[in-house]
Amino acid sequence: MLKKLLVANRGEIAVRVIRAAKDLGIKTVAVHSAADATSLHVLLADEAVNIGPPAAKKSYLNIDAIIEAAKSTGCDSIHPGYGFLAENATFSDAVTAAGLVFVGPSGDAIRLMGDKVSARSAAAAAGVPVVPGSTGRVEGIEAARHILIDTGFPVMIKAAAGGGGRGIRIANNLAEFEQAFPQAEAEALAAFGDGGLYMEKVIGKARHIEVQVLADGKHAIHCYERECSLQRRRQKVWEEAPSRALSEELREELCGSAVALAKAVGYSGAGTVEYLYDDEANRFYFIEMNTRIQVEHPVTEAITGIDLVAEMLRIAGGEPLRIKQKDVSMRGHAIEVRINAEDPSKDFAPFPGTVGDLRLPGGPGVRFDSMLYPGYQVPPFYDSLLAKLIVHGETREAAITRLVRALGELKIDGMKTTKPLFLALAADPSVQAGDVHTRWLEGWLNENAAQLAD
Amino acid sequence: MAQILSPLPGTFYRSPSPGQPAYKNDGDSVAVGDVIGLIEVMKSFHEVKSEVAGSNIRFSADNEEPVMAGAPLADLD
Repeated sequence: MLKKLLVANRGEIAVRVIRAAKDLGIKTVAVHSAADATSLHVLLADEAVNIGPPAAKKSYLNIDAIIEAAKSTGCDSIHPGYGFLAENATFSDAVTAAGLVFVGPSGDAIRLMGDKVSARSAAAAAGVPVVPGSTGRVEGIEAARHILIDTGFPVMIKAAAGGGGRGIRIANNLAEFEQAFPQAEAEALAAFGDGGLYMEKVIGKARHIEVQVLADGKHAIHCYERECSLQRRRQKVWEEAPSRALSEELREELCGSAVALAKAVGYSGAGTVEYLYDDEANRFYFIEMNTRIQVEHPVTEAITGIDLVAEMLRIAGGEPLRIKQKDVSMRGHAIEVRINAEDPSKDFAPFPGTVGDLRLPGGPGVRFDSMLYPGYQVPPFYDSLLAKLIVHGETREAAITRLVRALGELKIDGMKTTKPLFLALAADPSVQAGDVHTRWLEGWLNENAAQLAD
Repeated sequence: MAQILSPLPGTFYRSPSPGQPAYKNDGDSVAVGDVIGLIEVMKSFHEVKSEVAGSNIRFSADNEEPVMAGAPLADLD
Protein backbone atom coordinates (compact mmCIF):
# COMPACT_ATOMS: atom_id res chain seq x y z
CA MET A 1 0.00 0.00 0.00
CA LEU A 2 1.14 3.53 -0.74
CA LYS A 3 2.16 5.56 2.33
CA LYS A 4 2.32 9.16 1.16
CA LEU A 5 0.78 10.56 -1.99
CA LEU A 6 1.39 13.83 -3.82
CA VAL A 7 -1.65 15.06 -5.74
CA ALA A 8 -0.46 16.87 -8.88
CA ASN A 9 -3.66 18.75 -9.57
CA ARG A 10 -6.08 21.36 -8.22
CA GLY A 11 -9.82 21.98 -7.91
CA GLU A 12 -12.47 19.36 -7.30
CA ILE A 13 -10.38 16.42 -8.58
CA ALA A 14 -7.53 17.19 -6.17
CA VAL A 15 -10.10 17.22 -3.36
CA ARG A 16 -11.54 13.93 -4.65
CA VAL A 17 -8.13 12.20 -4.73
CA ILE A 18 -7.15 13.52 -1.27
CA ARG A 19 -10.41 12.14 0.15
CA ALA A 20 -9.80 8.69 -1.39
CA ALA A 21 -6.22 8.63 -0.07
CA LYS A 22 -7.30 9.61 3.44
CA ASP A 23 -9.99 6.92 3.40
CA LEU A 24 -7.19 4.40 2.79
CA GLY A 25 -4.94 5.86 5.51
CA ILE A 26 -2.48 7.35 2.99
CA LYS A 27 -0.85 10.69 3.90
CA THR A 28 -1.41 13.46 1.37
CA VAL A 29 0.61 16.35 -0.05
CA ALA A 30 -1.08 19.06 -2.12
CA VAL A 31 0.79 21.19 -4.63
CA HIS A 32 -0.49 24.61 -5.58
CA SER A 33 0.29 27.72 -7.59
CA ALA A 34 0.61 31.12 -5.95
CA ALA A 35 -3.03 31.78 -6.99
CA ASP A 36 -4.32 28.68 -5.16
CA ALA A 37 -2.79 29.09 -1.68
CA THR A 38 -6.28 29.16 -0.09
CA SER A 39 -7.84 26.48 -2.29
CA LEU A 40 -9.75 23.67 -0.62
CA HIS A 41 -7.32 20.94 -1.74
CA VAL A 42 -4.52 22.85 0.04
CA LEU A 43 -6.62 23.16 3.19
CA LEU A 44 -7.57 19.46 3.21
CA ALA A 45 -4.17 17.88 2.49
CA ASP A 46 -1.78 16.98 5.32
CA GLU A 47 0.91 19.17 3.75
CA ALA A 48 1.10 21.63 0.85
CA VAL A 49 3.90 22.87 -1.39
CA ASN A 50 3.86 26.06 -3.48
CA ILE A 51 5.23 25.01 -6.87
CA GLY A 52 5.17 28.30 -8.77
CA PRO A 53 3.35 31.31 -10.23
CA PRO A 54 -0.33 31.24 -11.34
CA ALA A 55 0.30 30.29 -15.00
CA ALA A 56 -0.28 26.51 -15.27
CA LYS A 57 2.85 25.95 -17.35
CA LYS A 58 4.93 27.41 -14.52
CA SER A 59 3.18 25.41 -11.78
CA TYR A 60 0.76 22.52 -12.47
CA LEU A 61 2.61 21.63 -15.69
CA ASN A 62 6.10 22.02 -14.19
CA ILE A 63 7.33 18.41 -14.03
CA ASP A 64 10.60 19.20 -12.24
CA ALA A 65 8.91 21.29 -9.54
CA ILE A 66 6.30 18.59 -8.89
CA ILE A 67 8.80 15.75 -8.61
CA GLU A 68 11.02 17.90 -6.38
CA ALA A 69 8.01 18.62 -4.13
CA ALA A 70 7.28 14.88 -3.89
CA LYS A 71 10.86 14.08 -2.93
CA SER A 72 11.26 16.91 -0.42
CA THR A 73 8.08 15.85 1.41
CA GLY A 74 8.95 12.14 1.44
CA CYS A 75 6.16 10.98 -0.88
CA ASP A 76 6.29 7.53 -2.48
CA SER A 77 3.70 8.24 -5.20
CA ILE A 78 2.01 10.86 -7.41
CA HIS A 79 -1.62 10.95 -8.63
CA PRO A 80 -2.05 13.21 -11.66
CA GLY A 81 -5.86 13.66 -11.53
CA TYR A 82 -7.26 14.63 -14.98
CA GLY A 83 -6.06 17.35 -17.34
CA PHE A 84 -2.66 19.00 -16.74
CA LEU A 85 -0.07 16.15 -16.76
CA ALA A 86 -2.49 13.21 -16.48
CA GLU A 87 -1.89 11.91 -20.00
CA ASN A 88 1.67 13.11 -20.41
CA ALA A 89 3.88 10.07 -21.09
CA THR A 90 7.03 12.04 -20.26
CA PHE A 91 5.62 12.83 -16.82
CA SER A 92 4.74 9.20 -16.13
CA ASP A 93 8.26 8.17 -17.17
CA ALA A 94 9.86 10.98 -15.09
CA VAL A 95 7.92 10.00 -11.96
CA THR A 96 8.99 6.37 -12.36
CA ALA A 97 12.60 7.37 -13.09
CA ALA A 98 12.61 9.38 -9.85
CA GLY A 99 11.83 6.17 -7.95
CA LEU A 100 8.20 7.12 -7.30
CA VAL A 101 4.97 5.36 -8.20
CA PHE A 102 2.84 6.99 -10.89
CA VAL A 103 -0.84 6.35 -10.13
CA GLY A 104 -1.82 5.49 -13.69
CA PRO A 105 -0.50 3.58 -16.66
CA SER A 106 3.11 3.45 -17.91
CA GLY A 107 4.49 6.08 -20.26
CA ASP A 108 4.42 3.48 -23.05
CA ALA A 109 0.71 2.75 -22.53
CA ILE A 110 -0.04 6.50 -22.57
CA ARG A 111 1.97 6.91 -25.78
CA LEU A 112 0.28 3.94 -27.48
CA MET A 113 -3.22 5.23 -26.73
CA GLY A 114 -2.36 8.91 -27.22
CA ASP A 115 -1.50 8.44 -30.88
CA LYS A 116 -4.65 8.19 -33.04
CA VAL A 117 -3.17 5.79 -35.59
CA SER A 118 -1.51 3.42 -33.10
CA ALA A 119 -4.61 3.47 -30.85
CA ARG A 120 -6.84 2.59 -33.83
CA SER A 121 -4.50 -0.25 -34.81
CA ALA A 122 -4.37 -1.58 -31.24
CA ALA A 123 -8.17 -1.49 -31.04
CA ALA A 124 -8.61 -3.24 -34.39
CA ALA A 125 -6.04 -5.88 -33.36
CA ALA A 126 -7.99 -6.51 -30.14
CA GLY A 127 -11.16 -7.04 -32.18
CA VAL A 128 -12.73 -3.71 -31.20
CA PRO A 129 -14.78 -2.20 -34.03
CA VAL A 130 -13.30 1.04 -35.38
CA VAL A 131 -15.11 3.60 -37.55
CA PRO A 132 -15.21 1.92 -40.99
CA GLY A 133 -12.82 3.52 -43.44
CA SER A 134 -9.38 3.30 -44.92
CA THR A 135 -6.66 2.01 -42.59
CA GLY A 136 -4.28 4.57 -44.05
CA ARG A 137 -3.98 6.49 -47.28
CA VAL A 138 -6.20 5.49 -50.18
CA GLU A 139 -4.22 4.91 -53.34
CA GLY A 140 -6.38 5.84 -56.32
CA ILE A 141 -10.10 5.69 -57.07
CA GLU A 142 -10.08 1.94 -57.75
CA ALA A 143 -8.94 1.19 -54.18
CA ALA A 144 -11.35 3.83 -52.89
CA ARG A 145 -14.33 2.05 -54.48
CA HIS A 146 -13.42 -1.09 -52.49
CA ILE A 147 -13.46 0.84 -49.22
CA LEU A 148 -17.02 1.98 -49.99
CA ILE A 149 -18.15 -1.60 -49.34
CA ASP A 150 -17.23 -1.06 -45.65
CA THR A 151 -18.24 2.55 -45.24
CA GLY A 152 -21.45 2.84 -47.25
CA PHE A 153 -22.90 6.35 -47.65
CA PRO A 154 -22.52 9.09 -46.64
CA VAL A 155 -18.75 8.83 -46.71
CA MET A 156 -16.17 11.44 -45.75
CA ILE A 157 -13.14 12.04 -47.94
CA LYS A 158 -10.37 13.74 -45.97
CA ALA A 159 -7.06 15.18 -47.10
CA ALA A 160 -4.29 13.32 -45.25
CA ALA A 161 -2.39 16.58 -44.88
CA GLY A 162 -5.51 18.58 -43.90
CA GLY A 163 -6.69 19.42 -40.44
CA GLY A 164 -9.10 21.54 -38.46
CA GLY A 165 -11.96 20.70 -40.80
CA ARG A 166 -10.11 21.75 -43.98
CA GLY A 167 -9.95 19.46 -46.99
CA ILE A 168 -13.08 17.44 -46.12
CA ARG A 169 -15.76 16.40 -48.61
CA ILE A 170 -18.85 14.33 -48.01
CA ALA A 171 -20.41 12.14 -50.71
CA ASN A 172 -23.98 10.91 -50.25
CA ASN A 173 -24.08 8.43 -53.14
CA LEU A 174 -21.88 6.79 -55.76
CA ALA A 175 -22.40 9.55 -58.35
CA GLU A 176 -21.30 12.21 -55.90
CA PHE A 177 -18.38 10.03 -54.87
CA GLU A 178 -17.14 9.52 -58.44
CA GLN A 179 -17.13 13.28 -58.87
CA ALA A 180 -15.80 14.24 -55.43
CA PHE A 181 -12.87 11.84 -55.17
CA PRO A 182 -10.76 13.19 -58.08
CA GLN A 183 -11.68 16.75 -57.07
CA ALA A 184 -10.57 16.11 -53.50
CA GLU A 185 -7.31 14.62 -54.78
CA ALA A 186 -6.56 17.64 -56.96
CA GLU A 187 -7.61 20.05 -54.25
CA ALA A 188 -5.46 18.37 -51.59
CA LEU A 189 -2.47 18.47 -53.92
CA ALA A 190 -3.01 22.16 -54.65
CA ALA A 191 -3.76 23.17 -51.05
CA PHE A 192 -1.31 21.00 -49.14
CA GLY A 193 1.18 19.83 -51.80
CA ASP A 194 0.06 16.28 -50.96
CA GLY A 195 -2.80 14.52 -52.75
CA GLY A 196 -3.10 11.76 -50.13
CA LEU A 197 -6.67 11.01 -48.99
CA TYR A 198 -8.38 9.08 -46.20
CA MET A 199 -11.94 7.81 -46.16
CA GLU A 200 -14.27 7.37 -43.21
CA LYS A 201 -17.93 6.47 -42.71
CA VAL A 202 -20.08 9.44 -41.67
CA ILE A 203 -22.20 8.67 -38.63
CA GLY A 204 -25.08 11.10 -38.73
CA LYS A 205 -26.71 10.66 -35.36
CA ALA A 206 -24.09 9.43 -32.92
CA ARG A 207 -24.23 8.99 -29.20
CA HIS A 208 -21.07 9.23 -27.12
CA ILE A 209 -20.84 6.08 -25.03
CA GLU A 210 -17.75 5.15 -23.02
CA VAL A 211 -16.77 2.16 -20.90
CA GLN A 212 -14.98 2.40 -17.56
CA VAL A 213 -12.24 -0.19 -17.10
CA LEU A 214 -10.02 -1.14 -14.17
CA ALA A 215 -6.89 -3.19 -14.73
CA ASP A 216 -3.73 -4.25 -12.91
CA GLY A 217 -1.51 -5.11 -15.88
CA LYS A 218 -2.69 -8.74 -15.92
CA HIS A 219 -6.40 -8.68 -15.27
CA ALA A 220 -9.02 -6.23 -16.49
CA ILE A 221 -12.69 -5.66 -15.72
CA HIS A 222 -15.30 -3.16 -16.86
CA CYS A 223 -17.63 -1.15 -14.63
CA TYR A 224 -20.28 -0.69 -17.33
CA GLU A 225 -20.81 2.30 -19.55
CA ARG A 226 -21.57 6.01 -19.35
CA GLU A 227 -23.41 8.06 -21.94
CA CYS A 228 -22.18 11.62 -22.49
CA SER A 229 -24.04 12.73 -25.60
CA LEU A 230 -24.95 16.18 -24.28
CA GLN A 231 -21.91 18.20 -25.32
CA ARG A 232 -21.12 21.79 -26.16
CA ARG A 233 -18.02 22.42 -28.28
CA ARG A 234 -16.97 18.81 -27.66
CA GLN A 235 -17.11 19.40 -23.91
CA LYS A 236 -19.41 17.09 -21.98
CA VAL A 237 -21.91 18.92 -19.79
CA TRP A 238 -24.26 16.12 -18.63
CA GLU A 239 -23.23 12.49 -18.18
CA GLU A 240 -25.22 9.46 -17.12
CA ALA A 241 -25.04 5.75 -16.50
CA PRO A 242 -26.25 3.42 -17.83
CA SER A 243 -27.03 4.42 -21.42
CA ARG A 244 -30.68 3.93 -22.30
CA ALA A 245 -29.70 3.26 -25.94
CA LEU A 246 -28.11 -0.15 -25.34
CA SER A 247 -29.81 -3.53 -25.25
CA GLU A 248 -28.43 -6.04 -22.71
CA GLU A 249 -26.77 -7.94 -25.51
CA LEU A 250 -25.09 -4.87 -27.00
CA ARG A 251 -24.00 -3.72 -23.54
CA GLU A 252 -22.19 -7.02 -22.94
CA GLU A 253 -20.57 -6.79 -26.36
CA LEU A 254 -19.50 -3.16 -25.91
CA CYS A 255 -18.14 -3.58 -22.38
CA GLY A 256 -16.44 -6.83 -23.36
CA SER A 257 -14.61 -5.09 -26.20
CA ALA A 258 -13.24 -2.48 -23.79
CA VAL A 259 -11.92 -5.22 -21.50
CA ALA A 260 -10.34 -6.97 -24.51
CA LEU A 261 -8.51 -3.77 -25.46
CA ALA A 262 -7.31 -3.12 -21.88
CA LYS A 263 -5.99 -6.70 -21.66
CA ALA A 264 -4.38 -6.55 -25.11
CA VAL A 265 -2.29 -3.52 -24.17
CA GLY A 266 -1.47 -4.72 -20.62
CA TYR A 267 -3.26 -1.73 -19.16
CA SER A 268 -2.91 -0.78 -15.50
CA GLY A 269 -5.12 1.56 -13.46
CA ALA A 270 -8.42 3.20 -14.34
CA GLY A 271 -9.11 3.95 -17.98
CA THR A 272 -11.98 4.80 -20.29
CA VAL A 273 -12.60 3.43 -23.75
CA GLU A 274 -14.67 5.89 -25.77
CA TYR A 275 -17.04 4.93 -28.57
CA LEU A 276 -19.37 6.51 -31.07
CA TYR A 277 -22.70 4.71 -31.07
CA ASP A 278 -24.68 4.80 -34.30
CA ASP A 279 -28.28 5.03 -33.16
CA GLU A 280 -29.73 4.06 -36.53
CA ALA A 281 -27.55 1.02 -37.21
CA ASN A 282 -27.23 0.04 -33.50
CA ARG A 283 -23.46 -0.30 -33.88
CA PHE A 284 -20.55 1.04 -31.90
CA TYR A 285 -17.11 2.18 -32.99
CA PHE A 286 -13.93 2.85 -31.01
CA ILE A 287 -12.82 6.51 -30.90
CA GLU A 288 -10.03 6.60 -28.32
CA MET A 289 -8.92 5.44 -24.90
CA ASN A 290 -8.39 7.94 -22.10
CA THR A 291 -5.63 6.77 -19.79
CA ARG A 292 -6.78 8.67 -16.69
CA ILE A 293 -9.60 9.01 -14.21
CA GLN A 294 -12.32 11.06 -15.88
CA VAL A 295 -14.41 13.99 -14.70
CA GLU A 296 -17.59 11.92 -14.96
CA HIS A 297 -16.33 8.88 -13.00
CA PRO A 298 -18.83 9.43 -10.12
CA VAL A 299 -21.83 8.26 -12.17
CA THR A 300 -20.13 4.88 -12.47
CA GLU A 301 -19.39 4.90 -8.74
CA ALA A 302 -23.06 5.65 -8.07
CA ILE A 303 -24.44 2.69 -10.02
CA THR A 304 -21.73 0.13 -9.11
CA GLY A 305 -20.77 1.19 -5.57
CA ILE A 306 -17.07 0.98 -6.51
CA ASP A 307 -14.69 3.76 -5.38
CA LEU A 308 -12.70 4.06 -8.61
CA VAL A 309 -10.05 6.44 -7.21
CA ALA A 310 -9.44 4.18 -4.21
CA GLU A 311 -9.05 1.19 -6.57
CA MET A 312 -6.49 3.20 -8.60
CA LEU A 313 -4.51 3.81 -5.42
CA ARG A 314 -4.67 0.13 -4.41
CA ILE A 315 -3.49 -1.04 -7.83
CA ALA A 316 -0.67 1.53 -7.86
CA GLY A 317 0.32 0.29 -4.41
CA GLY A 318 0.92 -3.17 -5.87
CA GLU A 319 -2.32 -4.94 -4.91
CA PRO A 320 -3.77 -7.20 -7.59
CA LEU A 321 -7.18 -6.16 -8.89
CA ARG A 322 -9.45 -7.31 -6.07
CA ILE A 323 -12.80 -6.98 -7.86
CA LYS A 324 -13.92 -9.83 -10.11
CA GLN A 325 -16.11 -9.12 -13.12
CA LYS A 326 -18.91 -11.26 -11.69
CA ASP A 327 -18.95 -9.02 -8.60
CA VAL A 328 -19.62 -5.86 -10.62
CA SER A 329 -23.31 -5.15 -10.87
CA MET A 330 -25.24 -1.99 -11.54
CA ARG A 331 -28.21 -0.61 -9.74
CA GLY A 332 -30.50 2.27 -10.73
CA HIS A 333 -29.53 5.28 -12.81
CA ALA A 334 -27.10 8.15 -12.14
CA ILE A 335 -26.69 11.59 -13.73
CA GLU A 336 -23.84 14.09 -13.30
CA VAL A 337 -24.04 17.73 -14.35
CA ARG A 338 -21.07 20.09 -14.47
CA ILE A 339 -21.60 23.31 -12.55
CA ASN A 340 -19.25 25.72 -14.35
CA ALA A 341 -18.46 29.36 -13.61
CA GLU A 342 -20.01 30.44 -16.90
CA ASP A 343 -23.03 32.52 -17.87
CA PRO A 344 -25.12 30.30 -20.17
CA SER A 345 -27.26 33.28 -21.25
CA LYS A 346 -24.16 35.11 -22.55
CA ASP A 347 -22.57 32.44 -24.73
CA PHE A 348 -21.07 30.77 -21.65
CA ALA A 349 -18.83 33.73 -20.83
CA PRO A 350 -16.46 32.77 -18.00
CA PHE A 351 -17.34 34.23 -14.63
CA PRO A 352 -14.52 34.17 -12.09
CA GLY A 353 -15.65 35.73 -8.83
CA THR A 354 -15.99 35.34 -5.10
CA VAL A 355 -18.41 32.85 -3.58
CA GLY A 356 -20.89 34.50 -1.24
CA ASP A 357 -23.59 32.55 0.56
CA LEU A 358 -23.35 28.89 -0.32
CA ARG A 359 -26.16 26.31 0.08
CA LEU A 360 -25.35 22.77 -0.98
CA PRO A 361 -27.82 20.07 -1.98
CA GLY A 362 -27.99 16.89 0.09
CA GLY A 363 -30.25 14.05 1.15
CA PRO A 364 -30.67 10.58 -0.36
CA GLY A 365 -29.05 9.90 -3.72
CA VAL A 366 -27.21 13.23 -3.94
CA ARG A 367 -23.44 13.76 -4.14
CA PHE A 368 -21.72 17.11 -4.60
CA ASP A 369 -18.01 17.05 -5.55
CA SER A 370 -16.59 20.56 -5.37
CA MET A 371 -13.83 22.83 -4.12
CA LEU A 372 -16.20 25.63 -3.12
CA TYR A 373 -16.54 27.24 0.31
CA PRO A 374 -18.08 30.58 1.32
CA GLY A 375 -15.63 33.41 0.62
CA TYR A 376 -13.59 31.32 -1.86
CA GLN A 377 -12.21 33.47 -4.66
CA VAL A 378 -12.39 31.54 -7.92
CA PRO A 379 -9.15 32.31 -9.78
CA PRO A 380 -9.37 33.21 -13.49
CA PHE A 381 -6.31 31.16 -14.49
CA TYR A 382 -7.76 27.64 -14.75
CA ASP A 383 -10.81 25.89 -16.13
CA SER A 384 -14.31 26.90 -15.10
CA LEU A 385 -15.47 23.69 -13.38
CA LEU A 386 -16.71 24.57 -9.89
CA ALA A 387 -18.61 21.48 -8.90
CA LYS A 388 -20.20 18.27 -10.08
CA LEU A 389 -23.69 17.40 -8.93
CA ILE A 390 -24.34 13.66 -9.06
CA VAL A 391 -27.77 12.20 -8.44
CA HIS A 392 -28.77 8.54 -8.22
CA GLY A 393 -32.28 7.09 -8.45
CA GLU A 394 -34.00 3.76 -9.01
CA THR A 395 -34.86 4.78 -12.58
CA ARG A 396 -33.74 7.45 -15.06
CA GLU A 397 -37.02 9.33 -14.48
CA ALA A 398 -36.43 9.28 -10.71
CA ALA A 399 -32.87 10.52 -11.23
CA ILE A 400 -34.08 13.47 -13.34
CA THR A 401 -36.71 14.36 -10.72
CA ARG A 402 -34.01 14.18 -8.04
CA LEU A 403 -31.68 16.33 -10.17
CA VAL A 404 -34.30 19.09 -10.30
CA ARG A 405 -34.83 18.81 -6.54
CA ALA A 406 -31.08 19.03 -5.84
CA LEU A 407 -30.52 21.94 -8.25
CA GLY A 408 -33.33 23.73 -6.41
CA GLU A 409 -31.40 23.38 -3.16
CA LEU A 410 -28.13 24.62 -4.69
CA LYS A 411 -27.36 28.30 -4.23
CA ILE A 412 -23.97 29.84 -5.09
CA ASP A 413 -24.23 33.59 -4.44
CA GLY A 414 -21.80 35.89 -6.21
CA MET A 415 -21.32 33.66 -9.23
CA LYS A 416 -23.00 33.04 -12.58
CA THR A 417 -23.14 29.30 -13.18
CA THR A 418 -24.51 26.72 -15.58
CA LYS A 419 -27.25 25.72 -13.10
CA PRO A 420 -30.04 27.33 -15.24
CA LEU A 421 -28.93 25.22 -18.21
CA PHE A 422 -29.51 21.99 -16.30
CA LEU A 423 -32.91 23.04 -14.96
CA ALA A 424 -33.97 23.79 -18.54
CA LEU A 425 -32.51 20.54 -19.91
CA ALA A 426 -34.18 18.48 -17.19
CA ALA A 427 -37.53 19.95 -18.31
CA ASP A 428 -36.93 19.29 -22.02
CA PRO A 429 -38.98 16.44 -23.57
CA SER A 430 -36.06 15.19 -25.71
CA VAL A 431 -33.75 15.00 -22.70
CA GLN A 432 -36.47 13.33 -20.65
CA ALA A 433 -36.91 10.75 -23.42
CA GLY A 434 -33.14 10.36 -23.77
CA ASP A 435 -33.60 11.16 -27.45
CA VAL A 436 -30.34 13.07 -28.01
CA HIS A 437 -27.09 12.81 -29.96
CA THR A 438 -23.71 14.53 -29.79
CA ARG A 439 -24.80 17.53 -31.84
CA TRP A 440 -28.21 17.92 -30.26
CA LEU A 441 -27.26 20.37 -27.49
CA GLU A 442 -25.69 22.97 -29.77
CA GLY A 443 -28.87 23.14 -31.85
CA TRP A 444 -30.98 23.37 -28.70
CA LEU A 445 -28.80 26.20 -27.37
CA ASN A 446 -29.29 28.20 -30.57
CA GLU A 447 -33.02 28.21 -29.76
CA ASN A 448 -32.96 28.41 -25.98
CA ALA A 449 -29.72 29.96 -24.70
CA ALA A 450 -31.20 33.46 -24.29
CA GLN A 451 -33.66 32.15 -21.65
CA LEU A 452 -30.95 30.71 -19.42
CA ALA A 453 -30.39 33.76 -17.22
CA ASP A 454 -30.14 32.97 -13.50
CA MET B 1 -2.36 61.17 -19.98
CA ALA B 2 -4.72 58.18 -20.01
CA GLN B 3 -4.64 54.65 -18.75
CA ILE B 4 -5.87 51.39 -20.26
CA LEU B 5 -7.28 49.10 -17.57
CA SER B 6 -7.89 45.38 -17.75
CA PRO B 7 -11.62 44.72 -18.24
CA LEU B 8 -11.32 41.21 -16.80
CA PRO B 9 -9.21 39.23 -14.36
CA GLY B 10 -6.87 36.72 -15.97
CA THR B 11 -3.58 36.40 -17.81
CA PHE B 12 -2.46 39.28 -20.06
CA TYR B 13 -0.83 38.58 -23.42
CA ARG B 14 0.85 41.20 -25.62
CA SER B 15 0.56 39.23 -28.91
CA PRO B 16 -2.16 37.13 -30.64
CA SER B 17 -0.15 33.92 -30.19
CA PRO B 18 3.32 32.91 -29.06
CA GLY B 19 6.00 33.86 -31.60
CA GLN B 20 3.86 36.52 -33.25
CA PRO B 21 4.66 40.26 -33.02
CA ALA B 22 3.03 42.27 -30.22
CA TYR B 23 -0.24 44.09 -31.00
CA LYS B 24 1.47 47.34 -29.89
CA ASN B 25 5.01 48.25 -28.95
CA ASP B 26 6.07 50.90 -26.45
CA GLY B 27 5.90 54.30 -28.19
CA ASP B 28 3.10 53.35 -30.65
CA SER B 29 -0.03 55.47 -31.06
CA VAL B 30 -3.40 54.00 -30.17
CA ALA B 31 -6.86 54.77 -31.65
CA VAL B 32 -10.18 54.00 -29.97
CA GLY B 33 -11.00 50.33 -30.66
CA ASP B 34 -7.40 49.25 -31.29
CA VAL B 35 -6.58 45.85 -29.82
CA ILE B 36 -3.67 46.20 -27.40
CA GLY B 37 -3.58 42.66 -25.99
CA LEU B 38 -5.50 39.56 -24.91
CA ILE B 39 -6.82 38.47 -21.54
CA GLU B 40 -7.15 34.74 -20.96
CA VAL B 41 -9.94 33.97 -18.50
CA MET B 42 -10.63 30.34 -17.63
CA LYS B 43 -9.11 29.12 -20.90
CA SER B 44 -11.06 31.56 -23.09
CA PHE B 45 -9.40 34.53 -24.80
CA HIS B 46 -10.78 38.07 -24.92
CA GLU B 47 -9.34 41.00 -26.90
CA VAL B 48 -8.57 44.16 -24.94
CA LYS B 49 -9.70 47.12 -27.03
CA SER B 50 -8.63 50.62 -26.06
CA GLU B 51 -11.52 52.90 -25.12
CA VAL B 52 -9.26 55.96 -25.41
CA ALA B 53 -6.95 57.41 -28.08
CA GLY B 54 -3.42 58.57 -27.39
CA SER B 55 0.21 58.41 -28.35
CA ASN B 56 3.38 56.93 -26.91
CA ILE B 57 1.86 53.82 -25.30
CA ARG B 58 3.88 52.45 -22.38
CA PHE B 59 2.95 49.00 -21.07
CA SER B 60 2.94 48.53 -17.32
CA ALA B 61 1.79 44.88 -17.49
CA ASP B 62 4.19 42.28 -18.87
CA ASN B 63 3.37 39.53 -21.33
CA GLU B 64 1.84 36.51 -19.48
CA GLU B 65 1.36 38.59 -16.34
CA PRO B 66 -1.58 37.66 -14.09
CA VAL B 67 -3.85 40.72 -13.71
CA MET B 68 -6.98 41.55 -11.74
CA ALA B 69 -10.00 43.34 -13.28
CA GLY B 70 -9.28 47.09 -13.26
CA ALA B 71 -5.51 46.64 -13.12
CA PRO B 72 -3.56 49.13 -15.27
CA LEU B 73 -2.18 47.55 -18.45
CA ALA B 74 -0.65 50.61 -20.17
CA ASP B 75 -0.31 54.42 -20.07
CA LEU B 76 -0.91 56.80 -22.98
CA ASP B 77 0.02 60.46 -23.55
